[in-house]
Amino acid sequence: MSVEEHRKLLSEINVDVDRHAKMMNMGLESYKAQFMSQKNRPEAMKYFDWFMSEIQGQRIAEINELRKQKKPSVGAFCIFVPEEIIVGAGGACFGLCGGSPATIADAETELPRNICPLIKSAHGFKLQRTCAYTQSSDFIYGETTCEAKKKTWEILNKHHPVHVMNIPHMKRDKDLKMWKEEIIEFKEHIEEVTGKKLSLEEMLEGTRIINEKRKALLRLDSLRGLNPEVMPITGKDALFVTQMGFLDDPKRYTQKVNELCDELEKRVEDKISVFEKDTPRLMILGTPIAPPNWKLHTAVESSGGAIINEESCIGHRYYKDNVDIDNIKNEDDLMSELMKRYSEVDCACFTPNTPRIDKILKMYKDRQADGVIYYTLSFCHTYNIESFLVTEALEAAGIPCLVIESDYSPEDAGQIKTRVEAFLESISFKKKANKLKSKS
Amino acid sequence: MYWGVDVGSTYTKICGINEKKELVDMSVIPTIVNQDEIVKKYLKDKDIKMLVSTGYGRHMIEETFSCLVISEIKAHAKGAYFFNNDAQMVIDLGGQDSKVILLDKSGGFVDFKMNDKCAAGTGKFLEIAANRMGLNLDEFSKIGFDANKKLSISSMCAVFAESEVVSLIAKRESASNICYAVHESIASRLASMANKFACKSEVILFTGGGALDSFLVSLLSEKLEKTILPSKYPQLTGAIGAALCGYEIYQEV
Ligand code: SF4
Ligand code: SF4
Repeated sequence: MSVEEHRKLLSEINVDVDRHAKMMNMGLESYKAQFMSQKNRPEAMKYFDWFMSEIQGQRIAEINELRKQKKPSVGAFCIFVPEEIIVGAGGACFGLCGGSPATIADAETELPRNICPLIKSAHGFKLQRTCAYTQSSDFIYGETTCEAKKKTWEILNKHHPVHVMNIPHMKRDKDLKMWKEEIIEFKEHIEEVTGKKLSLEEMLEGTRIINEKRKALLRLDSLRGLNPEVMPITGKDALFVTQMGFLDDPKRYTQKVNELCDELEKRVEDKISVFEKDTPRLMILGTPIAPPNWKLHTAVESSGGAIINEESCIGHRYYKDNVDIDNIKNEDDLMSELMKRYSEVDCACFTPNTPRIDKILKMYKDRQADGVIYYTLSFCHTYNIESFLVTEALEAAGIPCLVIESDYSPEDAGQIKTRVEAFLESISFKKKANKLKSKS
Repeated sequence: MYWGVDVGSTYTKICGINEKKELVDMSVIPTIVNQDEIVKKYLKDKDIKMLVSTGYGRHMIEETFSCLVISEIKAHAKGAYFFNNDAQMVIDLGGQDSKVILLDKSGGFVDFKMNDKCAAGTGKFLEIAANRMGLNLDEFSKIGFDANKKLSISSMCAVFAESEVVSLIAKRESASNICYAVHESIASRLASMANKFACKSEVILFTGGGALDSFLVSLLSEKLEKTILPSKYPQLTGAIGAALCGYEIYQEV
């Protein structure tokens, strides 16, 4: 299909096309099985279905068109990438593949076995040359959020240029000052790539575009999760839409998400819900859920639960804050505002990280959720260790919580389903008991 | 009759109860391929009012019989409570997983912990170690009582732990002492899972194949300072729970 149409381009950017085509077909098949088979999906999901079918075709062609015009093209694995600057320069900023088990064996030829699957999967994509996004990037954005990443960049850099931004692990004034300098340096790096100075107006325009995108995602988040009476879209679809936000052209994407939201608004009015009444409403907390990692959502939503929100980087953590551009007079102001916005990200790499816990408790209340699943990837020490403090706070607040640690291999899908089913059973049991109590 | 089928990773358990909730039929069959066919054969010509399946293969049985399914956690809670309604905690050690289930006073389950996919602290681990020693599980569980040295295994991973067992063998440690070490490691895992719940009940029920291991039972009760009571028919607990569930649902509808 699309891979064939784009064969020429893909080989030009040095993709291993045959292997790539095989993987794409596998991905598409599993997308069809897990997504297209859902009942009563919103019409506007059609665009995202199309995007999935063209994920490594049409969009790759667009990105390479930009590159021909010397616009920057940057791949990243973390939401600390100042995409406003890249988009301001007219370029593309995208998330790189890192959610598939199929590349891990290759990665393990260079990386240790016991680091998180995200890093291994991503590194494997580069070694295999099967991710057209990786192949299309001028450089990969790296950061220092965890040891696994930090050290992998040094190895990845042998195969592809990597620009590392030093993200502090505390948010004291001196750390924030350094962070701002890092953003300025990042901007200079973009200028090096394009060979042109970036104007304030260009960067402001980039910021506006990304602000709009985050606003649209926030809108989707509230439509899917704030109203327990009507849930107009499955958590799986909403997750997928969010995941595509890291690949698509931001302007077109924003428009499509808003169209989807219009339809969802209408559905809420007409009381069209894709879940039965009293379906337990769960929030997912934790590590980023890179496509095609849909394991947990599939387990929950095929066991009689609904996922109403992801407190994750592919999720709420990404779009909860915007850059305040109302009072910006010069470039320095903008850099300060960018830094401020990014320092609100409550990634587990920070110590202390209490705002994350406060946010989770508030989110739970606002959304009238029934329970949470704390999801962490194996060997992701930051989120794994932080789960202790988070679950302690949840327990104190009487919130049902299940901790799941898993990687991308399919072997534990059955076991996860068992645990999820039991968790859902216990939630329904508690709900029933509460009702009885309030009656007596 | 009300039937419960528990398709586990190693064995498939079937049991039937009558109108008086009496256990009148039970069977344990090794799990192989096409387990649904074997269950079908077993249930042929039997009177079936309700069938409920649980365990790893529950969805396969669901497809074949279009019956109800419940999670293993619920099934074990139900089955264990049926024989002893003083207990508010159930520990289950199966072939590939271990769980701790907390019950309320009326036997409904409140919360649970379960191992991640790794095999440490599961029945599989006992099996691997016993195999290494050239013993069957029954023999392996008995010799632990003769241990005279408190060896320990430090690795949390079943594969690494196996190599620790191998190196203990190479050091000429006695079989009893190695048996102690292996049991110790499983008992600590189970105990730390159980200790995450502040459990008030003095009696804890033990189900699954692991409850047949008398040395493990004694180590566990030592660690938790509670009475560990292997449930009646430990391996069948899940199937019994499923059958009971079927009974209740039948009365409700
Ligand atoms: S979890 Fe932290 S390191 Fe990972 S993508 Fe999010 S912000 Fe970046
Ligand atoms: S998931 Fe965790 S361990 Fe993996 S790269 Fe992200 S922060 Fe690092």
